[in-house]
Amino acid sequence: MPSNTSTRKGIFRLDFKSMQSIKWGPGIVASLIGLFLLIVLVMPVAKVMYVAFQDPDSGALTINNFIDFFNAALFRESFVNSFYVASMSVVFATLIAMPLAYFTTRFNFAGSTLIQTLGMIPLIMPPFVGAVAMQLFFGGNGSVNLLLDDYFGFTVPFMEGLNGVILVQSVHFFPFILINLSASLNNIDRSMEEAALNLGSSGMRLFRRIVFPLAMPGYIAGASLVFLKVFDDLGTPLLLNVNNMLAPQAYLRISSVGISDPIGYVISVILVLFSLFSMWVSFLAMKDKDYATSQKGGGGLLRRDLKKGEKIGCYAVITIILLFVLAPHTALGLLSVATVWSYSPLPDGYTFDHYVEVFETANQFITNTLLYAGLAGLIDIVLGTAIAYIVWRTDIWGRKALDLVAMGALAIPGVVIGIGYLRMFYDVNLPFSDEPMATWWGIMVIALAVRRLPYALRACVAALQQVSLSLEEAAESLGASKWGTIRRVVVPLMSGGILAGFVTSFATAAVELSATIMLVAKEGDAPLAYGIYVFMQSAAGRGPGAALGIIAVVIVGLGTYASHVIIERTKKTNGLK
Amino acid sequence: MSNNQSVGISIKNVGLSFGDTEVLKGVNLEIKPGEFFAFLGPSGSGKSTLLRAIAGFGPTPTGQILIGDTDVTSMQPWQRNVGMVFQNYALWPHMTVQENVAFGLEERKVPKSEIAVKVQQALELVDLANLSNRRPSELSGGQQQRIALARTVVVEPKVLLLDEPLSNLDANLRVQMRRDILKLQQKLGLTTIFVTHDQEEANTTADRMAVLSNGVIQQVGAPMDLYDAPVNRFVANFIGSANIIDGSIANDAAGNTTRFVSDQGLSLDLTTPASGKVSLIFRPQNTFLLGDQDTVDNGIRLSGHIVYREFLGSLIRYGIDVQGHLLSVDEMHSIGKTHRNVNDKVSLGVCHDQAVVVNQ
Repeated sequence: MPSNTSTRKGIFRLDFKSMQSIKWGPGIVASLIGLFLLIVLVMPVAKVMYVAFQDPDSGALTINNFIDFFNAALFRESFVNSFYVASMSVVFATLIAMPLAYFTTRFNFAGSTLIQTLGMIPLIMPPFVGAVAMQLFFGGNGSVNLLLDDYFGFTVPFMEGLNGVILVQSVHFFPFILINLSASLNNIDRSMEEAALNLGSSGMRLFRRIVFPLAMPGYIAGASLVFLKVFDDLGTPLLLNVNNMLAPQAYLRISSVGISDPIGYVISVILVLFSLFSMWVSFLAMKDKDYATSQKGGGGLLRRDLKKGEKIGCYAVITIILLFVLAPHTALGLLSVATVWSYSPLPDGYTFDHYVEVFETANQFITNTLLYAGLAGLIDIVLGTAIAYIVWRTDIWGRKALDLVAMGALAIPGVVIGIGYLRMFYDVNLPFSDEPMATWWGIMVIALAVRRLPYALRACVAALQQVSLSLEEAAESLGASKWGTIRRVVVPLMSGGILAGFVTSFATAAVELSATIMLVAKEGDAPLAYGIYVFMQSAAGRGPGAALGIIAVVIVGLGTYASHVIIERTKKTNGLK
Repeated sequence: MSNNQSVGISIKNVGLSFGDTEVLKGVNLEIKPGEFFAFLGPSGSGKSTLLRAIAGFGPTPTGQILIGDTDVTSMQPWQRNVGMVFQNYALWPHMTVQENVAFGLEERKVPKSEIAVKVQQALELVDLANLSNRRPSELSGGQQQRIALARTVVVEPKVLLLDEPLSNLDANLRVQMRRDILKLQQKLGLTTIFVTHDQEEANTTADRMAVLSNGVIQQVGAPMDLYDAPVNRFVANFIGSANIIDGSIANDAAGNTTRFVSDQGLSLDLTTPASGKVSLIFRPQNTFLLGDQDTVDNGIRLSGHIVYREFLGSLIRYGIDVQGHLLSVDEMHSIGKTHRNVNDKVSLGVCHDQAVVVNQ
């Protein structure tokens, strides 16, 4: 451990030896990446937060903007609504996920694979894509309510106002909760339950005193992330015409009043603060709580077989959930091939015209998306691999800060990125041109890359950790330089994970809406998600909009499947467990 | 802590399978009231499975398990009133020590005031009365073990089941803990079953023990009896080290001394009622290196040469090739003692009363 010139510990260890290490290759790379992240992430967000505290006319620091915000009824209502919708989405997602998690962890249930598949279906459709289609099934004049009214004489306000947002989000996010709950329950050391059984406890008492408290932290960690995602989501409320929520309000203010309107910035600050708060709750829930211990015989609850009556009950519950889960996909599919569909349970007629229209007149949405998402994915894996290597294999000064900043993008909602870029880059022109950077299509690629970077980074880190350090050391002892080793040993061994990271980045960037909707300058540059949004604004456009939606679902679905296959195959070829 | 009226355990023809795999086969065992009984065996021998079957965990076995006079074979775990200590202690991390120990009493609806008193007594019994407000994560391994014990004995179970309780502790802690457990058991007079794969633990603590292999009980008896008179090769090899010479015996017409011929052609006179294919078993420390003039009274004399010599601290172990058989001789080591060398020709002697003949 060198040098008495060491001052503070931690990220900013300021000693001579560390600073010396900046001389070589990775040091330069780290600096460049740091600079890049500074420009595209830290500064725009900081700018947004700063402007929120600025008087729009004089530029002086003030909290008046916040006071104005909370004084207006509409904004107070938006704040409460966002909070309400996010919480209720978590509640309903849990209600859907809980019985399913219980079936798979408590019983020897033959339908477990069915439940796993059930859990994958919502994930391939971004919530806003299905939102309009859900209106057709569950809306006031939708299929279900028409049938209910005809046969039973009543309707259920599934999609009315905030309910619509809650329903769509719950159905989309319940897999997160399901995976999370199942993992928590499976992580419980079996001897915990056996010790309780041995001491006389059983049934509900045992569940309440032992199983539930032990599963709680894992659940809270997952639920708070779902809360975060719903709270920040712009697309779903926008497409359902629910404007009295925070994210849509921010978008509307900026796009209608202008980028100098302080309300958009105030909302951004609130969104970022809540995101950070949710992540902090998630982190706290799991801190110091390693409830899983290794034990012979495996973990998880004791399982028993289902009785006949219970089996019927289980399948009944699953069927009901299946109906809701498949609703958006079915509705969207029907809408994409429907001639006319209104005020009737099913479309009047069917046609492929919408797909033809999309491919003939609107195919720039698809090509743009493939281009943007592809580039964003490439940027992400290059950055991700570099950052992963720098953080985990070198001792460069400031590498932990680099990691933190790259992961920090998780806490920044898409709306805030959009506003930040508009604000920061509007007055900056592209080099060699008169065009402002903010209207250049490349800015969308950067926004997509920044937003997806945390996930790509995690994938790259996981891939790197599978590569034993001794493999690198062997190469170096045989004469390979650092760069040579990385090129010939490390990256090839990471390739499966990197590829999977690319595919995931690509698939999720392809359907991103929150940031891109703010940054689209002309329709010719717009990606898929924006195209869907534009089409869905008119009744005639719903058909082609749905066709685009199906295309989006196919892209994401293929991407998810491909990623899964790549990872499995890499595990086999590298002989890893 | 009142002394229980201790009960015995009867295991009658118990078999147990996980799916198609038979894990326990035809197990018969009688454990006496108040006994400290050990199940000893290698991994996969079925000893933990048998213990857990007594507690009520795992598939329902065929046969019968009786605790005292009660047939518990089809009873649920929480109805059996047996106390079990798990290998990883299974203390609940979200409860304090106090709450952990009180759990069983709360399930039995004991009044709150009485619970407090009993918990205090149990903690004093294991010398940890001052830790009642701690969480398990703040305790050392040995402390967690003792709390797990306290939690079990506080409900005054009929029998105590310990599933490899010392395996997760440091070596030196294990020695102390097994003495503490034995003391506790003697004080409470509880019938106790102790599962282990470590023969030293079993030898030093058990009144009697059962050696298991592949789901079958090989032999039951006091530790010394199993060591001195193993009934088969497995027990002889598992407990301590053994020299084993396989061969066959043909009794002569008179039936007194018999001719033993080993598989390698070694020929010996033995006194034994056994016949057919047998194994001759004797321990390394009871085998002596002889000088050229030494004779063996009432024993066996063998000749061979030394193939290896290992220094084991308290003793020197010689490996000796006797007509194709590799035998060990352990000699006590002391400062200045002269030792033989590799390749030396030597003679070995074993007294007849130190050798055992078992059927293969």
